[in-house]
Amino acid sequence: MNVNWYLMVSALVFAIGAAGVLTRRNPLVVLLCLELMLNAANIALIAFARMWGNAEGQIFAIIVMVVAACEVCIGLGLVVAIFRRRLPIDVDEIRELHG
Amino acid sequence: MSEVLFFIAGIGAVCGAVGVVMVRNPFYAVLALVFHLLSLAALFLLLQAQFVAAAQVVVYAGAVMVLYVFVVAYVGAAEPPRLRAPVGRGQRAAALLFALALFVELAIAVLGSSLKALDSGGPTVEANFGSPAQIGDLLLTKFLLPFEVASFLLLIAAVGAVVLARRRGGIGEEVEPVAAADYALPPGVGTMREGVGGPSSREPFELGVGGGEPTREGGEGGW
Repeated sequence: MNVNWYLMVSALVFAIGAAGVLTRRNPLVVLLCLELMLNAANIALIAFARMWGNAEGQIFAIIVMVVAACEVCIGLGLVVAIFRRRLPIDVDEIRELHG
Repeated sequence: MSEVLFFIAGIGAVCGAVGVVMVRNPFYAVLALVFHLLSLAALFLLLQAQFVAAAQVVVYAGAVMVLYVFVVAYVGAAEPPRLRAPVGRGQRAAALLFALALFVELAIAVLGSSLKALDSGGPTVEANFGSPAQIGDLLLTKFLLPFEVASFLLLIAAVGAVVLARRRGGIGEEVEPVAAADYALPPGVGTMREGVGGPSSREPFELGVGGGEPTREGGEGGW
């Protein structure tokens, strides 16, 4: 398969994830859509690594996975903290994150 | 063969992504994302990234998604009715328009680039391309510093999650003191200890439920 096809899948998934971030209001689903966008970047990185025959892109993808895991960790911690304080779980309602 | 596998996995990945965005229930959205991640792992295998594919399945589709499922179960999957108020129609249309524009732009950027190698399947690579041996070799020699920084990042994230999610008394949030007697069951309620002829559950060393001192989990609620 040509590398082009993989990049098209990557672009499609990235656009879908961006649409999800813009339309959904539940922070859990917003985090899931961020995962989609990070994974789209991962496909592109690995496709380019295959294109050059160089495994360094795969290292980059692994680091992206680590960062995504950290982001999930912090994001879910925030969701749990919001839930504990009985604040609305809605990204429109919690624009002010202080306190 | 690889074409067929590519289209199956690619369509699966895109359908999973659409499912994440469209499904109302966050629990099903997580399941759709698991499907998406498994399809992506198949794509990674087609690109000869065996180690990344395995890490994707084990770490992402396994561990991270389990964390999601835990939090969804804790917070409650059903959205309160107030949240069902539709996002403004104009906002949704604008978001779709923006996403479409983003896709077109990315497609132009990819297809219009002068990289000739994009139209090929890439060079033939040796058999150990993307194997754990090669990845480990690169991670511990050339990319040692990013590797260590990533491990520190994980440590900081773990500490941060604990700090964020811990129970604390905020303003206007009185934590009611919990007496030890609240945990003790009345005698004769059929605990396992009584069943074998032991003393009743007023004893401080009851199995499980009747601990003498209030533990932290006691006041949580919701679990």
